[in-house]
Amino acid sequence: MSSTYTVSGGDWSELVDTINADRARTVQRGGDGADGTGLVMPDNEPFDPTDSGSDVESDERIIVNMGPQHPSTHGVLRLILELEGETVVQARCVIGYLHTGIEKNTEFRTWTQGVTFVTRADYLSPAFNEAAYCLAVEKALGITVPPRADVIRVLLMELTRISSHLVALGTGGMELGALTGMTAAFREREEALHLMEYLTGLRMNMAFIRPGGVQQDLPEGSIDRITEFIKVMDARLPEYDKLLTGQPIWKARMEGVGVLPLEGCMQLGITGPMLRSAGLPWDLRKTMPYCGYETYDFEVPTLTEADCYARFKLRIAEMHESLKIMRQTLERLREPGPVMVGDKKIAWPAQLSIGADGMGNSLEHIRTIMGQSMEALIHHFKLVTEGFTVPAGQAYVGIENPRGELGCHVVSTGGTRPWRVHLRDPGFVNLQALPALTEGSMIADVVAAVASIDPVMGGVDR
Amino acid sequence: MGLEEKLPNGIVLTSVEKLVNWTRKASMFPATFGLACCAIEMMTTGAPRYDLGRFGMEVFRASPRQADLMIVAGRVTQKMAPVLRQIYDQMPEPKWVLAMGVCASSGGMFNNYAVVQGVDHVVPVDMYLPGCPPRPEMLIDAILKLHAKVMDDPINAVRAKEFEGQRTDLVASSVRYGKDRTQPIGRPGAEPGVDVGVKW
Repeated sequence: MSSTYTVSGGDWSELVDTINADRARTVQRGGDGADGTGLVMPDNEPFDPTDSGSDVESDERIIVNMGPQHPSTHGVLRLILELEGETVVQARCVIGYLHTGIEKNTEFRTWTQGVTFVTRADYLSPAFNEAAYCLAVEKALGITVPPRADVIRVLLMELTRISSHLVALGTGGMELGALTGMTAAFREREEALHLMEYLTGLRMNMAFIRPGGVQQDLPEGSIDRITEFIKVMDARLPEYDKLLTGQPIWKARMEGVGVLPLEGCMQLGITGPMLRSAGLPWDLRKTMPYCGYETYDFEVPTLTEADCYARFKLRIAEMHESLKIMRQTLERLREPGPVMVGDKKIAWPAQLSIGADGMGNSLEHIRTIMGQSMEALIHHFKLVTEGFTVPAGQAYVGIENPRGELGCHVVSTGGTRPWRVHLRDPGFVNLQALPALTEGSMIADVVAAVASIDPVMGGVDR
Repeated sequence: MGLEEKLPNGIVLTSVEKLVNWTRKASMFPATFGLACCAIEMMTTGAPRYDLGRFGMEVFRASPRQADLMIVAGRVTQKMAPVLRQIYDQMPEPKWVLAMGVCASSGGMFNNYAVVQGVDHVVPVDMYLPGCPPRPEMLIDAILKLHAKVMDDPINAVRAKEFEGQRTDLVASSVRYGKDRTQPIGRPGAEPGVDVGVKW
C-alpha cells in the first residue's frame, strides 16, 4: 500500500470508507447485521456513503483515535475506537510506531552480537529475549551449555519475570488511576534492578546470556545478595494483596472486564497469563521444559474467570512462584563450574575480568596471546571480529516469558552471521485479542483490557 | 552588598529575568513521551527511590498543552516522527526538549531504515543524554543541567542580543556543587573564581 500514514488524519478517512463499504454490503444483504457490528440496517433506506450518521442508531457513533501518544495505551500503541455513546462498537489497533528493525540489524552482526539487539526488543524482559535467541542458536549449533550456565539463566529469567510483572502491575495500576500501586511496584522493581545490576553489571538490556553459556560467572557475594532480595520480596509482595487485591475500586474496574474465554484464547493463539486466566495450565516451563526447568519445584497458577482481575491475581501468584524458583537456584549456585561451553571454536577466548581500566580480557590471556602464541592471537582475533560459524539450518525455540510464549527462529546459511532471526513475541500475538476483549464494553474498560494484556510495544513492533 | 543591606528584613532584590527563569525551572512539567526502554527508566526516575518531585517535576503531563519539557525517552522511528513533531508543536512556549538515551540522541546502535538518526532531525534539542538506557541518576543530572540552562535564558530580545552567540556554561553538577570548585558559575568569559552568574 502506498498511502502515507500520519496523525493528521489521512488514514481515518480510509477507515471510514471501509466502514461505509461494510454498511453498503450489509444493506445489500438485507440488513442481517452479520458483519459483527450488531448493526441492522433497514432494507428500504437507500444507502448514502457520504452520510455515515443517517440512521438513528449511529447518531452518536464517533470514531476516536487513542494514541499513539496516550498515557493509557501502555506504550506507543494506537487504538482506533468506534464508539456509540460510551460503548465500544469496534476497536482496531495500529502498531509499528516502535518498529526498530532489530531482526534486520542482527543479519549484519555476528551471532554473539545479535544478543545485544534482541535484548532490546521486549525491553521489560531482556533476559528472556537473550535466552530464547541463545537457545535457538545453541540448537542450531547442536551444543548444550554447562549446568551452571543454565542455573544462572534460570535465575536471571525469574528475576526478570518479577521485575516485568511489577511493571505490568505498576503501569496497569497507573492507567486505572491507582498511582500508589505504581509507586509501590516501582519501589520493588528497583530492588530487582539493583540485584540485576550487581549480578550482570547493567540494570536493563544486559546481553549477559550469550550463545554457549553466559558472559561470565556471577560476582562474589551474589548468593548473599540474592538471599537478601528474596527476603525483601517475601515481605513486600503481600503488601500488594493489602493494597490492591481486595480493594473495592480495583475490583470494580477489573472484575468481569476484558473477558476472553478459553475457546477465544485457543483460536487467537493466546499464551501466558491471559491463557492461564482462562483455565488452561499451559506454561512452557512445565509443558516443554528448557534450561532444566523440569528439575525445579514450582506451580503453574491458573484461574478460570478469564478477566482482568484474574490476570492481575495470576501475575502476583507468578511472582511468588518465581521467588520459589530463585530460592532453589541458590543451592545450585554454590557448586562452582564453567559457565561457557568448552568448545574453543565457540566460546569467548578469554575469561573476562576486572582490570585497572574496567572490564576486559584477563591479563594472563593477553600475556599469552601477545607474547607467546601467534596462533592463539590469530584465533582470538578471528573469533572476536568475525565470530563463530553456525552450520546451515534452522532452529526454533519457544520459552515462557512473562507475557507468554516467546519464540525465536534462527536461520543460518553456514556463515558467521544469521540469515534470519525472527522473534515470535507473545505481546504481538496477544494484542490481536484486543477487539475480542473490548468490543461491546465501555471505553474505560479498554484501558483495563490493554493493561491486562500487558503488551510491550518494543516486543510487538521489534 | 549595596542597597540590599540597607533594606529591612523580608525584602529581596532580584531581576525579573531571574524571577521568571526561576519559576520556569522550579516547576517544569514534562510531557509523558515514553517510547521504549528509556521510558521505563524515566518512570523509575519519577518513582519513589529517585523522586523527581524533589525538583518539582513529579507530575508528568499527559496533555502536551500543559507540558513544557518533552523528554524523548527511546528510539524514534520513522512512523513516530510526525507524531512527535505534532506533540512538540502542541506544547506551549517556552518549551524544552531532552533527548534521553543514545537512540533519541543519534540513532545509537539502530543505524537502519526504521529509526530516525537523532530526534534533532525532527525537533530542536536542548539537552542530549547518552546511555542505553541512562540510569535515573543520569537523567536527573541532565535535568539539573537543563535547569541551569533555563536559569540562564535571556528574557527578551534585548537581553538575547546582549548575549548573542554565547552559550550557557554547563558545568557538571558534581563540579559545580563540589567543595573544590574552581570553575566560575555563570556565563562564559567570566573571570575564574568570580561568581557572576545566578545562584540557586
